Amino acid sequence: MATKKKTDQSYISFGLDSFGDIPRGTDGKLLTHAAAIRQVIDEAVLADKLGIDTIALGEHHREDFAISSPEMVLAAIASKTKNIKLASGVTVLSSDDPVRVFERFSTLDAVSNGRAQVILGRGSFTESFPLFGYDLRDYEILFEEKIELFAELLKEKPVTWSGTKRASLDKADVYPKTESGHLETFVGVGGSPQSVIRAAKYGFPLMLAIIGGAPERFVPYVDLYKHAAQEFGTSSDMIGMHSPGFIADTDEEAVKIAWPAHKTNFDRIGRTRGWPPITREHFDYEVSNGSLYIGSPETVARKIAKSIKTLGVNRFDLVYGGGPMPASARLHMVELYGTKVIPRVRELLAEQSGDASK
Amino acid sequence: MPANKTLAILGAGKLGVVLTQLALRAGYDVYIAGSGSADKIALSIQVLTPGAIATTAEDAVAHADIVILALPLGKYRTIPADKLRGKLVIDAMNYWWEVDGRESEFADPMTSSSEIVQDYLVGARVVKALSHMGYHHLLDESRPAGTPGRKAIAIAGDNDTDNQTVAALVNNLGFDPVIIGPLARGKILEPGHELFGAHVDKKSLLTIAAKNED
Repeated sequence: MATKKKTDQSYISFGLDSFGDIPRGTDGKLLTHAAAIRQVIDEAVLADKLGIDTIALGEHHREDFAISSPEMVLAAIASKTKNIKLASGVTVLSSDDPVRVFERFSTLDAVSNGRAQVILGRGSFTESFPLFGYDLRDYEILFEEKIELFAELLKEKPVTWSGTKRASLDKADVYPKTESGHLETFVGVGGSPQSVIRAAKYGFPLMLAIIGGAPERFVPYVDLYKHAAQEFGTSSDMIGMHSPGFIADTDEEAVKIAWPAHKTNFDRIGRTRGWPPITREHFDYEVSNGSLYIGSPETVARKIAKSIKTLGVNRFDLVYGGGPMPASARLHMVELYGTKVIPRVRELLAEQSGDASK
Repeated sequence: MPANKTLAILGAGKLGVVLTQLALRAGYDVYIAGSGSADKIALSIQVLTPGAIATTAEDAVAHADIVILALPLGKYRTIPADKLRGKLVIDAMNYWWEVDGRESEFADPMTSSSEIVQDYLVGARVVKALSHMGYHHLLDESRPAGTPGRKAIAIAGDNDTDNQTVAALVNNLGFDPVIIGPLARGKILEPGHELFGAHVDKKSLLTIAAKNED
């Protein structure tokens, strides 16, 4: 089989996503936030060695996640790695400043020799709004205006722009420029139709956050993105998905590690949002039919291959290490993902396309 | 062909789209409206819910036997209240403090958000339903009547005839209807209460509801 170039749209790219969940040390105690960040750096270094395409780090501003400044951690990773793409996942643009976001990521692009990628989103958490002085009632207009400005900034020419939620710009030139002239930018969406259309309008590649339920329900959203792109005359070549999961040597081992960590994570968020505690039945349903990719390398590879095929995406990012997991189990997971799962998914997809052409 | 066969769904986000998909599958005629003009949502509706008619809230309501509210609760004052007089209205909205704010009128722990909506919609008959189950569970777990383990949807309303009408709709959409009492009782379906997020069968729903008697 010929190796496909990574710029080819039929190349399927595989990534790892983290929010900097706090793992447990060998003594069973939670690591400090600082150690949790160093853990992510170690995992990203291993991922790079194994040829994993992307590490994506998302921002949160709460106790259970250590990463609030993804691009700082990504810059540290940049200095220790060669090939892996360095992405945010997501940058909550609504409560950030588009000019500063561009500056930070074009700087990251410089230190990493062109490996920076921004994934813009509205975010499903909203702690950043009061923290940075934004009004939640402006949730939609903030994103709408700021994505418009960001799309202008990406042209890397002087920008003239005015809106209602940020100071106007008059022929403002923003530095550093990227060497490629193009700072790679995706938009992450969670299933709001207007967000899908907005991504297509600006011609941004789409990243679907599929964190619960059957992945098939996103098929119409992929269609919507393609239809909208056609209407706007933009490209819809790049569509990715991200979903949570965990891999161990066997299905039993994976569930044994992932279930208590997932429950702690889910229930803590649920308490602030008013969800009831997650039941084992619900967890098992998500593992067998929904959007938790948990199990042995073979189980997880089959599930990923099925989702990639069903949705027709060319990028899959696994959100790994959710909740307080042993740090060593996380590192082992990265190894299994790189050495077993990804090659097996490629094999399964090649077999299926081979069958189809017979 | 279902009775009360024409629905207006106000809100074309995640929940509005899923409810439209279920309703079309069950043979209803659906008029759906977003926050603005019809052309803003026309493409989404054409692709995601082919067969539904994208229109304005006023127009959707004018056609409808039953109106379903599926917009963000914080926007309820944008609902054309005068056009809803005399209509049966299903309130599927929830207070989400992260967007609606902690200072909101909905933060009152004693009053259900549907009662506040009813106060605003003078002359409409508000029933709370289709609010406690997450939108992707609604889509994944809709089943024909009689399927073992079929999930249940709670209904809270002040008028028995209206509750029965909503129950028939819930059944057609693929869930066992469970009438839990008057509109005020719908409080137990809201965020922070045990039934919020519940996707369980009728028996479990009744057990949880009984446990949460005032």
